[in-house]
Amino acid sequence: MEDHLGCVITGTIGVDAHVIGTKVISRALREAGFKVVELGAQTPAEEFIMAAQETAADAMMISSLYGMAELDLEGFRDKCTEAGLEDILLYVGGILGVSRRNFADDEAKFKRMGFDRVYAPETDIREGIEDLKADLARRRAGRS
Amino acid sequence: MGNTRLFVDFGSTFTKVVALDLEAEELLARVQVPSTVDHDVTVGLEEAFEILSQTVHIGDAERHQTVACSSAAGGLRVICVGLVPEYTTEAGRRAALGAGAKIVGSYSFELSESELREIQEAAPDIVLLTGGTDGGNKKVIAHNAAMLAKAGFGVTNVIVAGNKSAYDEVEALFAGTGKNVIFTSNVMPEIGVLEVGAANEKIRELFIARITEAKGISRVRSMIADVIMPTPAAVLEAAKLLADGAPGHPGVGELLMVDVGGATTDVYSVAKGAPTAGNVRFVGLPEPYAKRTVEGDLGLFHNLDTLTQIAATENVPEGFEEVVDAMARTNSVPSGDDQDACHLLLTRVAVRSAVNRHVGSLKTISTPNGDATVQRGKDLTEVQWVIGAGGPISFSADPAQVLEGAVFEVELPLLLKPKAPQMLLDRHYILFALGLLAQSEPAKALRLMQKYVVPLHSQDRQLSGVSG
Repeated sequence: MEDHLGCVITGTIGVDAHVIGTKVISRALREAGFKVVELGAQTPAEEFIMAAQETAADAMMISSLYGMAELDLEGFRDKCTEAGLEDILLYVGGILGVSRRNFADDEAKFKRMGFDRVYAPETDIREGIEDLKADLARRRAGRS
Repeated sequence: MGNTRLFVDFGSTFTKVVALDLEAEELLARVQVPSTVDHDVTVGLEEAFEILSQTVHIGDAERHQTVACSSAAGGLRVICVGLVPEYTTEAGRRAALGAGAKIVGSYSFELSESELREIQEAAPDIVLLTGGTDGGNKKVIAHNAAMLAKAGFGVTNVIVAGNKSAYDEVEALFAGTGKNVIFTSNVMPEIGVLEVGAANEKIRELFIARITEAKGISRVRSMIADVIMPTPAAVLEAAKLLADGAPGHPGVGELLMVDVGGATTDVYSVAKGAPTAGNVRFVGLPEPYAKRTVEGDLGLFHNLDTLTQIAATENVPEGFEEVVDAMARTNSVPSGDDQDACHLLLTRVAVRSAVNRHVGSLKTISTPNGDATVQRGKDLTEVQWVIGAGGPISFSADPAQVLEGAVFEVELPLLLKPKAPQMLLDRHYILFALGLLAQSEPAKALRLMQKYVVPLHSQDRQLSGVSG
């Protein structure tokens, strides 16, 4: 039995420099008992994938607040598949698209792109952590 | 004596022989005869040699130095099997195209039984198996290897260019099947990295070692040195030489080459293709520096229907379709002004459509921080040279007008075609020979190219005369 609940990669994707959100997420995850690989700001998609491969991560929590997430994350699920991360949980949150007022559109779009969970701006991180625990528990139950 | 070198292209329709004087660096003669690959490839070649020997001395020495390329017997038929269509499957396709192959099928994810049957029925010369980055997904490539291993005849040669961590498993799966399985390095070793060189090399080696044998083309080894590559690979070699030059001999720089044929139109670009405008982001799989694409639906003989349909959406002269029909009945060789005009229009449509599909494009995406522009594929707007090759262009009434189809269009500003290129023409249709010669004597091949691949001007309507 490992001494943490699971390994999570965090960071902001692309050339987004808004680092506060991902720092808050990382700290909250650690406090909740997760192992966190904190990539910080301006992380290319490829680095998320390599970090996940190296650490056999269970999930990624990707932040984006500058509106380019759709472009930065194009084909991200497919890239994970090629990289042998077909089972990894993918969460994304922030200001994801142009349609700020209509989060439902963004959510649907990113779900189609293969993300397991999509969060609107100003979501309480505790919600995300509860979701993660639940998703991991379901996944582990499914495997055993 | 002794300075003559012969180069052969075994095509599906014609066998072409080019005689060069390597001392004087001159084109001596060029002949073409109908190919005889179906029964005995040597018959056509003997016939070509006989015609040639009326003007050029052909002794044993010349024969034994002769090298050839081939697109006969269906060309080099490859099926690509990968994981994600846009990633390892596409990377495999690019490796195969760069090796001069004709791709007869592409499959992604885990192969199904019915897909396996399709592959067996297609009976490709080579299956190129990719999937997963190194250390990445092993499951799919292993599944596909297991499927291919149980295929009977129809799958004989397999090149594996996927996740290296799966190779032991893949090797075990193929053990005892009698299939020729060759392992090489991954076409996509990590996400965002394309490395097609090694797979490309293995495909060409296999072509020489086994595939010419299986197609009966290697019979010519009794007459000449060898068949060393597929024809499109020879043309790509020529394009690379012209662009990059040889040691001590600078080339012309980045270029775009269009080769219109009877059944397909090939486009080659030797160019990095990075964004030329500021604030443009490149997305998608990286592009190979020397890139070949093939449009299997654009040919001046076998696929005249498609071209006619595309042309019909533009301004066509009156009675256009009747003229095309008449031309098709006479084997596509135009006769008379009407047919000349029609042939010219169709060739131009082939060039335009094929280049439009080859080059990259821009797309603007709105974000909360303003518009962002992304580029997919190669930006060739600043490429200085456009080269025309292949019978329909080389022997066109107005090659410059045909090649205009490759040039940037103000009405289509998002398609990144060359904006102000100079035009060159392979007037004598000898690029394949120069690509073959480039393997042993690149400097001579380059000088010959500079001599016989000649500049074109829009007013230049003459067919005769070799400049330079």
